[in-house]
Amino acid sequence: MFGRRNPQLNSNDELIHLLSIEGLPASILEHILDTAGTFLSVNDRDVKKVPLLRGKSVFNLFFENSTRTRTTFEIAAKRLSADVINLDIARSSTAKGESLLDTIANLSAMHADMFVVRHGESGAPYLIAQHCAPHVHVVNAGDGRHSHPTQGLLDMYTIRHYKKDFRQLTVAIVGDIVHSRVARSDIHALTTLGAPEIRAVGPKTLVPGDLKEMGVRVCHDMAEGITGADVIIMLRLQNERMSGAMLPSAGEYFKTFGLSPEKLSLAKPDAIVMHPGPINRGVEIDSAVVDGLQSVILPQVTFGIAVRMAVMSIIAGNAP
Amino acid sequence: MTTLDKLDAEALYAELLEGVRALLKPDAGLVGIWSGGAWLAERLQKDLGLPGAAGVISSTLHRDDFSQRGLAGGTAHTKLPFDVEGRHIVLVDDVLYTGRTIRAAVNELYDFGRPASVALAVLVDRGGRELPIAADCAPATIELAKGKRLSLARDDAGRFSFEIR
Repeated sequence: MFGRRNPQLNSNDELIHLLSIEGLPASILEHILDTAGTFLSVNDRDVKKVPLLRGKSVFNLFFENSTRTRTTFEIAAKRLSADVINLDIARSSTAKGESLLDTIANLSAMHADMFVVRHGESGAPYLIAQHCAPHVHVVNAGDGRHSHPTQGLLDMYTIRHYKKDFRQLTVAIVGDIVHSRVARSDIHALTTLGAPEIRAVGPKTLVPGDLKEMGVRVCHDMAEGITGADVIIMLRLQNERMSGAMLPSAGEYFKTFGLSPEKLSLAKPDAIVMHPGPINRGVEIDSAVVDGLQSVILPQVTFGIAVRMAVMSIIAGNAP
Repeated sequence: MTTLDKLDAEALYAELLEGVRALLKPDAGLVGIWSGGAWLAERLQKDLGLPGAAGVISSTLHRDDFSQRGLAGGTAHTKLPFDVEGRHIVLVDDVLYTGRTIRAAVNELYDFGRPASVALAVLVDRGGRELPIAADCAPATIELAKGKRLSLARDDAGRFSFEIR
């Protein structure tokens, strides 16, 4: 997809775009997490805003809908004092036949400083990063099945917040791993940060054996996958998978791979339960677990804003 | 004017202690600018017998060179263990130079409330001001060439010295 140089880094190896966690060194990931810690405390102030991106224009380009991700990026940019422009691209220019790069050229002519891009096609944010003006920064907000780096980073922030050190952890990722850009980003981040055991848990149709190549332990048995875990990341079961031949039925799936209090008791007593949202209660996760003491699903949302502030301020501060 | 080789950080600290004592209004709050200023404020808080901990302030989020330096300066947290609103604040730093750090720190302070007053105490004023900012207490004044960097160091025993690079 790209040449020898990582297109996310400038010649000083500083982050100028966030396109994927893959290929980023632990030092950059840790710098983002440390910076996010600083921004988390901004929420405790009388003035919940800092002037780092004052006068900058951040364009949210969501070619695929996602109200929640778009909103958290918008809040993050506004707390950094940027001007935020939301473009409902899916329903405007592209529908009129304009190509992606023409859209980007037009928006660049409107003096954009940063694009936050969600696209159904893997690699679209790379294409944009390669063709936009040199001073423009690009953040991938989810592309196809490929990557969702800010979700991966906020998951890492959450894990570090509750577990402090990655080097002793067993992390179970449960559900539709093969279609999940979140799972992919989490696996890359956990590997880079030194988590010794990452398990991919789910039925064979959603967790194929060749995932082993990513350095994960594949478990088609829920009990095996959960037992002794420190962190359980539940993935949303996309309804469209249900209609195909991939899964028997929602009820059947919940019985086998849904996280119930009984199954959760197989994990370590202090295990945390995460979920990127939106949650399907009673499909992949029991209501009692969502609302239970081990759930950190809502703190994930809060941390997500701080992590996005960190990413945007770090890339905006680094010259091309 | 003190000469560079006679810059004794411990002796200057003793003068700073008396200077800050004179500046303190009742119910004042000490706030040190990270990192050198925070060390000074921590020790002043103890030597002045003030209750609780001194505040620590980071100027990172309000710096005016963000577009050139980014967040490279670090990610120190501002921690203010008291209410800023209506309080007399004594801001403490090791070296006063261009005044830009002080400007950024005062802006940061205002994100937490409106202080009744803000005074500035530093160990050394090295000249070279680029903003209309002055110290209320500065035991030493020196002239230092523009490229030189003067900063405070603290050893394991908590004793201060100066580093010049």
